[in-house]
Amino acid sequence: MSGRAVPAIEARGVGVTLGGRRVLADVTLSAAPGQWVAVIGPNGAGKSTLLRAVAGLVPREGEVLVGGTAVDDLRPRRRARLIAYAPQSPALPPDMTVYDYALLGRTPYVPYLGSESAEDREVTRSVLERLDLGGFASRRLGHLSGGERQRVVLARALAQQAPVLLLDEPTTALDLGHQQQVLELVDRLRLADGLTVVTTLHDLSLAGQYADALVLIAAGRAVAAGPPARVLAEPLLTEHFGASVRVEAGADGRPLVHLVRPPASPAPSAEES
Amino acid sequence: MVTRTPAAAPAPEAARRARKRRGEPGGDVMKPTRLRGRALLVAFAVLAASLAVGLMAGAAGISPRAIALALLDRLPLVSVHSGLAPVEEGLLFQLRVPRVLLAAVVGGLLATAGAGYQGVFRNPLADPYLLGAAAGAGLTVTLVVVFLGGDAGVTAVPVAAFAGAVGGVFLAYALGHTAGRGGGTATLVLAGVAVTSFLTAIQTFVQQLKVDELQRIYSWILGDVGGGWEQLRMIAPYAVVSTIAMLLHGRLLDVLSVGDEEAVSLGLHAARVRFGVLLAASLATASAVAVSGLIAFVGIVVPHVIRRLAGWSYRIVLPLSFLGGAAFLVLADTIARTVLAPAELPIGVVTAFVGAPFFVTVLRVTRRVGT
Repeated sequence: MSGRAVPAIEARGVGVTLGGRRVLADVTLSAAPGQWVAVIGPNGAGKSTLLRAVAGLVPREGEVLVGGTAVDDLRPRRRARLIAYAPQSPALPPDMTVYDYALLGRTPYVPYLGSESAEDREVTRSVLERLDLGGFASRRLGHLSGGERQRVVLARALAQQAPVLLLDEPTTALDLGHQQQVLELVDRLRLADGLTVVTTLHDLSLAGQYADALVLIAAGRAVAAGPPARVLAEPLLTEHFGASVRVEAGADGRPLVHLVRPPASPAPSAEES
Repeated sequence: MVTRTPAAAPAPEAARRARKRRGEPGGDVMKPTRLRGRALLVAFAVLAASLAVGLMAGAAGISPRAIALALLDRLPLVSVHSGLAPVEEGLLFQLRVPRVLLAAVVGGLLATAGAGYQGVFRNPLADPYLLGAAAGAGLTVTLVVVFLGGDAGVTAVPVAAFAGAVGGVFLAYALGHTAGRGGGTATLVLAGVAVTSFLTAIQTFVQQLKVDELQRIYSWILGDVGGGWEQLRMIAPYAVVSTIAMLLHGRLLDVLSVGDEEAVSLGLHAARVRFGVLLAASLATASAVAVSGLIAFVGIVVPHVIRRLAGWSYRIVLPLSFLGGAAFLVLADTIARTVLAPAELPIGVVTAFVGAPFFVTVLRVTRRVGT
């Protein structure tokens, strides 16, 4: 895709006020088709709110365009066929089966008072097979591990067959191995299907490893955006996270962020978890 | 430090083989959870059995065989001799049959409405009675009986009951919403209890103003399904419309069960679905209350048992609740009119006797699960 292609998803001048508090102001974000954009920032900066605003889940100012069309002009069902959203901690009814949950992703294709078609069931089946959840189909959500749960949520989002995937902290509450598995999976699916992925990620190194571009949000504003090497700069991170860090280039040239103990008590650099 | 792995790990494939070795189900079980024919058949059988028990139990001592023959005789193209005396036949068809049918319809409506409210509020303890719907309907019906009286009252009763039911639910919901933001299960129920007590207090005040109507109102409040064919005809259209409306919303309630925000992200108008089901459930409650008075706990007990036995999906819970609720109330009514025979116990006493301990159990279990 050339850089001049119409962005798959674009947010212009997005502002959100929740309960009288200004949570986001004038944030701009853009992802080319097939790109992975990660939204980073300190706790409470408004990362999740930005994603929810783009997904149309909170009232917002500004414009959100998907494939060049303003989402406000789209009917909700049409929008849901273009943008899939997975929240940070999704409600997983414990008795629902994995298959039934993934099938919910077909909701935008099912007539209001109708029921799922054979095609809906087929899409769901193939998505589950693809995420290697075939053997879990009849398992109840309450009986899944954290990593399995995250994959099931991903399956539901993929069943939506939307070209744009918004994932809010897909690695929350996962150990290192499962974090890597989930992100590798997202990356594989993105490359295979040409999906555009926008995630929030609190782990800066992970964001630097996986995303093509980063947007750094601090106090409700986008303070930096661009390729990881530019956004993950020591002065920026020190200023907005209030952390003492060292950034070095990894083997593939992508930046790795290390936490460093402040100089008062010198110690070997600790790895950020 | 997590870094990108050069190639995707082959772990999933190995995991699949491991699962196969352990004999866990594979891809062939990818079927949606739906109402199965067998479950439906069982529910119909249970209902049929309870209807039979309801028809046979009674003071007059008519033999089951004669009842069966008399019913057969009523079928088109069938003519058999039941051997019943005209008086017995009158008793059977003017009193017992409509009574059993009315109990079935009221039970079905209350249980389905309970399931509907539970889906709308994502709360297993929502119930037409506890939510204030029944008390709201009770108050408006009392007002109509007391102030309109006579014939005008009879036609106005369903309308008044509906307005009262919707008003009661709205009050409880608004109160629960403002009182406990994110308070969850218990807050809504507490609000419902408060609304119910308040509306019942007003109702008591009104009925004391008109002591001459007291007997009539009082027997209505305690619950009674002896209204006969006339009342059955009166609520039939409301019962049919509200039940069909609720059954049509099964899939949408399933989507709502993952939360409003996700439902919206799936392109669903969550607020519209809630509103639709809320209206249908309140109409069902209102039609039940209009003919039977206040009968508690059917709306909690029945859907909960169905969920345990047949599955979580509202596409299962709603239809089976109707059949199960019908069977439950027919049996409750049978107990109510036989246990102290020839005196009759109010049916609400029987359902409360079964339902209250059950309610406590449900509350304990949901508390433990933390929903």
